[in-house]
Amino acid sequence: MPKIELKGVTKIFGKKIVAVDNVSLEVHDKEYFSLIGPSGCGKTTLLRMIAGLIEPTEGEIYIDGTLVNEFPPEDRGIGFVFQTYALFPHMDVFDNVTYGPRVKAWEDKKAAKLGRETLEMVRLYQRSDAYPHELSGGMMQRVAVARALAAGSKILLLDEPLGALDAKIRNELRYEIRRLVKDLELTAIHVTHDQAEAMAISDRIAVMKRGRILQVGTPYELYMNPQQIFVANFIGESNFLEGRVVKVEGGTAQVRLRGDLKVNVVKNEVSQVDERVVLAIRPEAFEITKEVKKLINALNGVVEKVRFEGTNIRYEIRLANDDSIIVVRPSLGGEWFKETDEVKVGFLPEKSHVFLYPPKGLVTELELE
Amino acid sequence: MPKFKLTAFDKLSSSRIVRYLIYTGAILFFLLLILIPPVFGIGLKWHLVGEITGNPELMSRAVNAIWASFAVAIFVSVIDLVVGIPTAWFVARRKSRWLNVIDTLADIPFVVPTVALGYSLLLFWSGPQGISSLFDSSLISPGWLLVILLHFVFSFPVVVRVMVGALLDYQRTFEEAARTLGASPFTVDRTVTFPILRPSLIGAFVLAFARSISETGATIVVAEVIQNGTRTLAFENGAIFVREMMTPPGQYGAMAFVSLVLILTSCAIFGVILVLGPKMRVPIRHVWPSFERRLSSKPIAATRDTLTLLVFFFLIIVPSLFVAFPTITAITDGTLNKAISSSGIWQEYWSSLGLSYFVGAFATLLGILAGLPMAVLISRKRMGKSVSAVLDILVNIPIIVPSTALGVSLYFFWTTNFAFVPEIVLIILAHLSITYSYFVRSMAAAIERVDIELENAARIHGAKPFTVFRTIILPLTKYSLLAGAIMVLTRSISETGATLAVVSPLSQTRTAPVLLVDWVRGTTIPVASPSDIGLGCGILIILAFLVLLLLKLGIGRKAIY
Repeated sequence: MPKIELKGVTKIFGKKIVAVDNVSLEVHDKEYFSLIGPSGCGKTTLLRMIAGLIEPTEGEIYIDGTLVNEFPPEDRGIGFVFQTYALFPHMDVFDNVTYGPRVKAWEDKKAAKLGRETLEMVRLYQRSDAYPHELSGGMMQRVAVARALAAGSKILLLDEPLGALDAKIRNELRYEIRRLVKDLELTAIHVTHDQAEAMAISDRIAVMKRGRILQVGTPYELYMNPQQIFVANFIGESNFLEGRVVKVEGGTAQVRLRGDLKVNVVKNEVSQVDERVVLAIRPEAFEITKEVKKLINALNGVVEKVRFEGTNIRYEIRLANDDSIIVVRPSLGGEWFKETDEVKVGFLPEKSHVFLYPPKGLVTELELE
Repeated sequence: MPKFKLTAFDKLSSSRIVRYLIYTGAILFFLLLILIPPVFGIGLKWHLVGEITGNPELMSRAVNAIWASFAVAIFVSVIDLVVGIPTAWFVARRKSRWLNVIDTLADIPFVVPTVALGYSLLLFWSGPQGISSLFDSSLISPGWLLVILLHFVFSFPVVVRVMVGALLDYQRTFEEAARTLGASPFTVDRTVTFPILRPSLIGAFVLAFARSISETGATIVVAEVIQNGTRTLAFENGAIFVREMMTPPGQYGAMAFVSLVLILTSCAIFGVILVLGPKMRVPIRHVWPSFERRLSSKPIAATRDTLTLLVFFFLIIVPSLFVAFPTITAITDGTLNKAISSSGIWQEYWSSLGLSYFVGAFATLLGILAGLPMAVLISRKRMGKSVSAVLDILVNIPIIVPSTALGVSLYFFWTTNFAFVPEIVLIILAHLSITYSYFVRSMAAAIERVDIELENAARIHGAKPFTVFRTIILPLTKYSLLAGAIMVLTRSISETGATLAVVSPLSQTRTAPVLLVDWVRGTTIPVASPSDIGLGCGILIILAFLVLLLLKLGIGRKAIY
C-alpha cells in the first residue's frame, strides 16, 4: 500500500543554503496529508524530493517500503500536480490527460477509456479537444489533476495546486480534489502556504519552518494544542502576552503580565515559578463585555478599532497594561461594541497555551522568513 | 544612477508630431536605403538577361551553381541541427566546470572572420602541414566536401546559440511533469521538449541556412585548386558564379539572372519553412517505452555526449584554429617584422584592416541610430498593429537574401542611378543592409521582454516619452544593445560576399577579408606567401577575439542570448 516514509532527509543547495533540514516523516496509506509553512520554508523542495525531481543531499525516501532515492521520477509511481499546471501547450486536453497511459504504452483503448473517465470525473470531457490556452485557470487546474490521476498512480503530490486561482474557485476546487482523492483511495501530499486550505481538506498537516518540521498533527490537534509558538500563530491566529510565572498551585499556574496584571492558566511543563513565558490565546477565545459581571481572567481595556468581517466582528483592544490584543466575536448574536468603549475581556485558563519565552525573542520566533 | 534631468529632447518627445517624425524617418531610412535598393537593383539590368538565356552553356553552368548553393545550404543546415542540438543540450543542461570553456569555444567560428576560417580549414584538411601530413596526398582537396565542412563550421555556432538560448528559456516544468507521468528522458525530449521548442528549431535552421547561402569569401578559398599558378574551380555555387561573371567586361545579365533566382528561391524556401514548419506534425502519440528507456540510459547518454564533443573538437575547433601554426611561423621567419614595418603587401593589409573597422564602426553606428526607433516601432506597435506586423515581415527580407545577390543588386542600383556615390559609401550601405536586420530583430525582442507596465508606470509618474526610453528601456536593454552592436560589427568585418559584389574587381578599395581572399588566390602582386596569409588571418582572428572578450566581459554569458 502506498505509504511514504522520509528518514533524515536533508537538501543543501550549493554549500550553504539548507532548504530541508533532517526531516523524518511518515505519510499513511490513503491519507490526505498537507505540508504547510511560509514561503521558502522548504515544503516544495521536500515534495520535489519525494517525486524524484530533486535529489536529497542526505537521508532516505521510501515509497511502499522501497527505498526510492535512486529511482528517476518516472519509476516512482506518483502523480504530480504543478502550481503552474505544466499542461503541454502543443497537446489538447485529451492528449494531455492520456499522456501518462500513452508513454507507458498501455493499450489505446485502455488509455482512451482512462482519459474519458478522468475527464468526466473533473467534469471536462466535453472540452477534450480544447488546447490549454483556451481554458480558464480553474479548468486548467482540473485538467492537471485529471492528467495526474489518469497515469494510474496511487500517490498524488500537489504543489500549491490552487495558488493561482481566485478565492471562490479555490474554495470549490479544494473540496473537489479531496473528494477525488478519497473516492480513488489515493495517498496525497498537498503543499500549500494557505493554512485555511490545509485545515479544510487534510487528514493530517505538517507545519514547516526554515527547512524543519515543527509539528505534525490533525487540524484539530494543531489548532487546539500547538506545540510551538510559531504553530500557534501560523495555524489560526493568536494573541501573545508576555509574563512571568509567579505561583504554581495544583493544576494551575499564575502568570504576572506586564503592568502587574495577573491571570491563571493551566499548568504545564514550562510552568515553573519565575520562568519567563508567553501566553498564546486565540482571538475567538476571549469573552468581552461592558457589563459589571465576573469574568475569568478579566482584564480591562479600551476598544481602539472595530472591523466588520461578515461572519465575525474583529476588535482591537488596548489593555490597561498597554498591550494590544485582537478579539473576534460572531457578528450574529451577542453584544456589539464601538470604538472608545471601555470593556472587560477574559478567557478560560484551558483556552490559553503557555510557552517558554523564546531565547531569540518573540518577534524572531514569529518571523515568517 | 541614471540622470533624470530633463533635456530639450525629452521635452520635444512629448510632441506627437516629433515622435511621428522620428518613426517616419526610421521607416523611410529602412525603405530607401535598406530595402528598396536590393529589391529593385536587379531590375535595372534585367534587360541584359538575354546574354544568359541565349547561351545554353552559361545557363547550364548558372543552374548548377544555383543548385550547389541550395544543396550545400540545406544539407549543412540539417547537419548543423543534428550536431548543434546535442552540443547546445550539453552546454545548457550538463553540470561541469568546463562548460564555460566549451560555451566560449562554440563562439569561435561565429566571431572569427569566415575567410580566416576558410584558410584554416584549407590548411588543416588539404595543406601538407595539416592532417594530410599523415597521408601521401591531401586528405580532402578543395571542392564539394571541403565547402560542406567549411559551411558546417561557420553555421554551427548559430544553431548552438539559438538552441542554448531556447533551452535556458524553456520551462523545465513541462519536462518534470512528463517525467512524473512515467516518460523516460528520451520520450520527454521527443514528445514534449522538442515539439515545444519547434519555433526555435525552425529559427535555428533558417539562420544556419541564411548564413550558408550568403557566404562567399571563405567558399572561394576552399573551392579553388591552384596548381602551377593556374587556378581551377573545383566547386561553383551561386555566389562564386556571380563573382566570376563580374570579371571585366562583366556579364551583368548573368549576374542579374542568378541573383534574382537566388533571392526568389531563398524567399520561397523561407516562406515554405515558415508557413509549413509550425503546421508540421511530428508523430508523438506513439511511444516505445522499453526502447526509449534504453536510449535514455546513462551509457547511451554518455556515448552521445562523447560523440558530440569529439565532432565539436575535431571537426570544428581544431580545423578552425589550425591557422595558428602559420601565424606562429610568421612570427619566427621574419614575416612579423615585415608586417610591422608595413613593407610590400603589408601596407595594403593595414589600410584594408583600417577600412574594415571603419566600415564596420560606421555601419554599426548608423544601424543603431536608425535601428532603435524601428525596434521600438515593431515591439511597441507605436504606429498600430498592422504597420508593425508589416515592418516585422519586411525587416526579415535582408536576412534571407543571399548577401552576394544583395550586393549585386545594390551595385546595379547605385551605379546606374547614382554613379557619383563613392565605393566606400557603397560598401557601408551593403554592410548596413546585411547587418541592420540582425540588430533590429535582437533589439525588438529585447524591448518586447521589458514589461509595458514599467513604461506606463514611468509615464504616470511624469516621464516624457524620451525620458522613459533613456531611463527605463535603455538601461534594461543595454546588454542586448551592446551584444547587438558587437554582433553587427563582427558580421560587418567578416563580410565578403556583398563587399566583393559592390566593388569593381579592378578597384583598389578592399576590406581585409577581400584582400585575404586575393592573397589566397594569388592575384596580388607580389604574391603573398603562406606565412603572410597565416599572419594576416591570425591578426584578424586576434582582433575578433578581442571583440569576443569585450562581449564576454561587457555583458556576461546570460545577456548574449
